[in-house]
Amino acid sequence: MTHLPLLVRALRDPAQTAGFTLADWDLVLRQATSANLTPMLLALIEEHGLLAQVPQQARAHFEWVRILATRHRQAVRFEVACILEALQPTGVPLLLLKGAAYTMAGLRAGAGRLFSDIDIMVPKARLDDVESALMLHGWVSTHHDAYDQRYYRQWMHELPPMQNMRRGSSIDVHHAIVPETMAVRPDPQRLRAAARPVADHPGLATLAPCDMVLHSAVHLFFDGEFDKGLRDLLDLHRLLGEFGAQPGFWETLPVRAAELELGRPLFYALRYAALLLGTPVPPAVQQAVQAFRPNPALLWLMDRLFGRALLPAHASCQDALTAPARFALYVRGNWLRMPPLLLARHLFHKAFLTPRTAD
Amino acid sequence: MLTVASLTRSQLQTRLAGHGLAVRTGPFTSLIRSPIAYIADGIALLYGDYPLEDAQGFADFHVHLRRSGGVRRWYRPQVHFDVDGLVPFEPLPEAHAFPMLEWALNWCISTRAHAFLMIHAAVVERNGLAVMLPAPPGSGKSTLCAALVSRGWRLLSDELALFRPHDGALVPVPRPVSLKNRSIEVIRDFAPDAVLSQPVSNTTKGTVAHLKAPSASVARAHETTRAAWIVFPKYEAGAATELTPIARARAFLRVADNAFNYSQLGALGFDTLAGIIEQCDSYDFRYSDLDQAMEAFAALEPPR
Repeated sequence: MTHLPLLVRALRDPAQTAGFTLADWDLVLRQATSANLTPMLLALIEEHGLLAQVPQQARAHFEWVRILATRHRQAVRFEVACILEALQPTGVPLLLLKGAAYTMAGLRAGAGRLFSDIDIMVPKARLDDVESALMLHGWVSTHHDAYDQRYYRQWMHELPPMQNMRRGSSIDVHHAIVPETMAVRPDPQRLRAAARPVADHPGLATLAPCDMVLHSAVHLFFDGEFDKGLRDLLDLHRLLGEFGAQPGFWETLPVRAAELELGRPLFYALRYAALLLGTPVPPAVQQAVQAFRPNPALLWLMDRLFGRALLPAHASCQDALTAPARFALYVRGNWLRMPPLLLARHLFHKAFLTPRTAD
Repeated sequence: MLTVASLTRSQLQTRLAGHGLAVRTGPFTSLIRSPIAYIADGIALLYGDYPLEDAQGFADFHVHLRRSGGVRRWYRPQVHFDVDGLVPFEPLPEAHAFPMLEWALNWCISTRAHAFLMIHAAVVERNGLAVMLPAPPGSGKSTLCAALVSRGWRLLSDELALFRPHDGALVPVPRPVSLKNRSIEVIRDFAPDAVLSQPVSNTTKGTVAHLKAPSASVARAHETTRAAWIVFPKYEAGAATELTPIARARAFLRVADNAFNYSQLGALGFDTLAGIIEQCDSYDFRYSDLDQAMEAFAALEPPR
């Protein structure tokens, strides 16, 4: 991790881009494209007032993605308004998660962040009502295979993704932030009870700041897919940077992590955000999360795995161990997701029984 | 300014197989890498007039066409295309490599260059006034475009009309004109001096050959122009040449239907297109005879 890719250096310290040559811009934009982070790099460069220094050829690319980011923000607002309207008869409050939450709450983590579906969280007891209400407004379930339906409904923390028939937009309806089959069980009731209303958007809520960070951490470090790894690490970096300025945030974070059984993902989040992106973490918090630290051998291994999988998926950021590292983390993600016997059954079904033409 | 023609055939091949060949086409620089001889042949024949850029500098698009490995190296060899690691298309037979490069470059522009309102259309210009020919495949757009540029019209593009939103100017991206099936013979007869690439048969679009863009059009690739007419061509065997005016609202919807990024541009797309429609006269155009078609275009009255 001593030699960070150009994109990571630019995200870590946007002021460094002032010294970039044209060839550096060529490479950093290619890395950003492969990580789907060009609009977020633009947002950081603009926050630092550096856009005027970007050479014209590279700035053209930023202007191309600015159009997409603007359109995306507009589409998210419209989509959230549609979901709010659909859920109104149920009386279930609209609690937004991840990208949609960052965007609607106007957080810096939402600036230039592109995402393909809107994630919401509702009480498990109200899933049926919410699903019916969404169906009445044009959203339909996408996984028609009976096994997939059971996989989601019985074992996962969300309904099968629903897609709007007219607009093609997707929504993930969660009732918890980790699968039902996982060993740790952060209590959804506690998360919902701490939710915060979104200013200027009546009817919308997000998780509380600490919970938002913990959700982002568990999503990144307990999952098996790292194609958006750097984007998710940047989310953590931006959330920690913004919330870190609020009184009480840092003191609460390790305590809340322990309450929700999310100490380990928090440890990883703070470690890799600091190592890769230079996220400032107060020494007292560093000290507090040592309790969640894995044993030295495991940590040594995780440094090697995450150190590779969190880099952009671009040829210039890969070595011979990148593919094995990503595969190992994929296996680990599945291992964490389900108990061994259930996992074996699930993989057997997916490998041999699921029809190839499904979907 | 050095052009591709300044390289010998072997220098060209070495560059393509090595760091890549950086070619400027209109506002874009593409770094093309490929060891495949069909690619070098096509570029040597059709891209001689284009400016060379520094292969170690900045490129907008990094395109790479490679041969398949393993058994496929000998048995029905294929060409694989990627844009800097991203693979948007399935591999094709190796003989389709050059058309694939052309499609790949179009794909790069149409999926990325959102600084422009991009319409799937051919654009040609004379005396500072441009005609845009939007049309779905099979309408005879490229045939008409090839015929017009071989009769002195300037080629802006055969595939992509790029409008700058802030002033509505048309930005040229002159590249080879793609001709399909019978059009290839039609253009050979119509313009015997035209430089055409070796036809490639059995592609997804049938037999394809590319017409070299006129040198004068490539030399003027930096000169923007304005659209004056929008003409929706329709080739019909035996049809009389017929130019029928279209109402503006109708023309608006039909152009929007042929746009690559109208909805991504949102309100900016609407305003830009409204400005274009406002300044243009729009027509449906049925034709079967190219000479008569040329006369009809020459006789187009500037909009009032």
